[in-house]
Amino acid sequence: MSIPLVVHSLALTKRSVRGRMRQPAVLAPSFIFPLFFAALGSASFNQLAQDPYFRDNIASSFLNYAVAGAILQGVLFASTSAAGDLATDIEQGFFERLLASPVARTSIVLGRLAGSMVVGIVQVSIFLTIFAIAGARVESGPIGILGLIIGSALLGLAMSALMAGIAIKSGSPEVVQGAFPLVFVLMFLSSAFFPRHYMSGWYRTVADWNPMSHIVEGMQSFVNKDLQASQFLRAWLIPLGIAVIAIAFALRTLSKRLAAS
Amino acid sequence: MTVTQTPSIRSYAEQGGRAGEAIAAIVKRSMIRVRRMPSAFVPSLVMPVFQLIAFSGAFGFAVTRLGIPNALDWYVPLNAIQGASFGALGVSFALINDMQTGFFDRMRMAPTRRWVMVASPLAAAIVRSAIPVTIVILVGFLGGMNVPGGVLAILCVIIASIAIGLSAAGFALGLTFRMRNIGAATLTQFAIFFTIFLSTSQVPLAAMAGWLRSVARVNPMTNVLRFARQGFLGDVTWENSWGGLIAMAAMLVLSLIFAMSGIKSYEK
Repeated sequence: MSIPLVVHSLALTKRSVRGRMRQPAVLAPSFIFPLFFAALGSASFNQLAQDPYFRDNIASSFLNYAVAGAILQGVLFASTSAAGDLATDIEQGFFERLLASPVARTSIVLGRLAGSMVVGIVQVSIFLTIFAIAGARVESGPIGILGLIIGSALLGLAMSALMAGIAIKSGSPEVVQGAFPLVFVLMFLSSAFFPRHYMSGWYRTVADWNPMSHIVEGMQSFVNKDLQASQFLRAWLIPLGIAVIAIAFALRTLSKRLAAS
Repeated sequence: MTVTQTPSIRSYAEQGGRAGEAIAAIVKRSMIRVRRMPSAFVPSLVMPVFQLIAFSGAFGFAVTRLGIPNALDWYVPLNAIQGASFGALGVSFALINDMQTGFFDRMRMAPTRRWVMVASPLAAAIVRSAIPVTIVILVGFLGGMNVPGGVLAILCVIIASIAIGLSAAGFALGLTFRMRNIGAATLTQFAIFFTIFLSTSQVPLAAMAGWLRSVARVNPMTNVLRFARQGFLGDVTWENSWGGLIAMAAMLVLSLIFAMSGIKSYEK
């Protein structure tokens, strides 16, 4: 990686993070909704925690179970709105001004992605603090907390790269927002809100095949179990694999856009 | 000499007829907008159906372990009501658009009574929401939901959907008249979301714990949902109806007052 690329990526990362922080109204839903759903879930389904299977194999309480789902939801919300910012840059002409400047082209995408990761790390840290105050415990200890934060950052990287690709291809914030329901569907058809063990029929089959189920279960495992290698495999490697493909997609759409302009 | 003439029954009927024509024209305009901009309408159609599938698929176990034979029996009334309340967002977006394009001011200058300007978008919201409510009920039937209450059960869901759809639309109008920007639609969305979810939306009161149980007990939406669900869980009875009917009437009256006072504050 060349020095200008690193310097430009850092500058654009800083701009991306500042942009996020200056729009609290846009950032708020990625905090409010996941925490609300976690509170709602733990108050609605806590009787399930009395089920022996749940207590022995899944979590000690529904609040503990809901931690990973809330993190996943928050990261997905934040990644989509970060990609929306990139599309807004294209729509409002800032992207063209960047192209007219001697900035490294790849840093335009990398800056956004790194910005998403930074916001994701801050968001997960805040979530974990709130959940700790509410009574949740991370059973795998400090390494587990770190594992959870890195896993979330990787997931943020993967989803924002995917959404950035869509943003560059379309150049429209509406299209990026329009793609969010697909992410929402993936999230609901997974074990983010309820354990797969209690699902049945085709819904269970879809949840079994949905990579989001395995990512969130890796994260849940950090919260509810002692340290195991499988936690890292599921919570780190799956998002990393998706991130590699998604970054390639984002860079390819960028080069196509550059060639067209 | 000035002669004061008492309006005859006929003139009242004529006024009523003209108001009816104006309302019908605005409802028609709203439906034309749906046809021209399906991208704005489709989410309000798809979301209730998707949530019905997602809730009954994901949370089905939590409901069926409490003795409810099919999770759809619990979630169809919820998602029908939710589908109807989405019409309120359409009302808010359309009104903001009309304010921005100047169409609303032209309507104000026309010889139209103020209540007609509130009643028209409310009627449009109900017509729009009929589509998602019907689809949710059809998906419920396809999924094998039980209807021990028969036709009365469906009637209860329709009444609850219309009442909540109207209340949400009235609230959206009142807020949009006051705020005059897209923030009104966002706030409406938040208000609907929290009112519905802080009730017995996901599980019965008996399964809830702590703060949610206390909030859901006093949330009028719990009574409305009890009214809407009763025919899917057993027979339709007066005991399960009166609380919901009072809650719906109160929400409806308050939201209409809010909408009518909103148009007055807009004119100031």
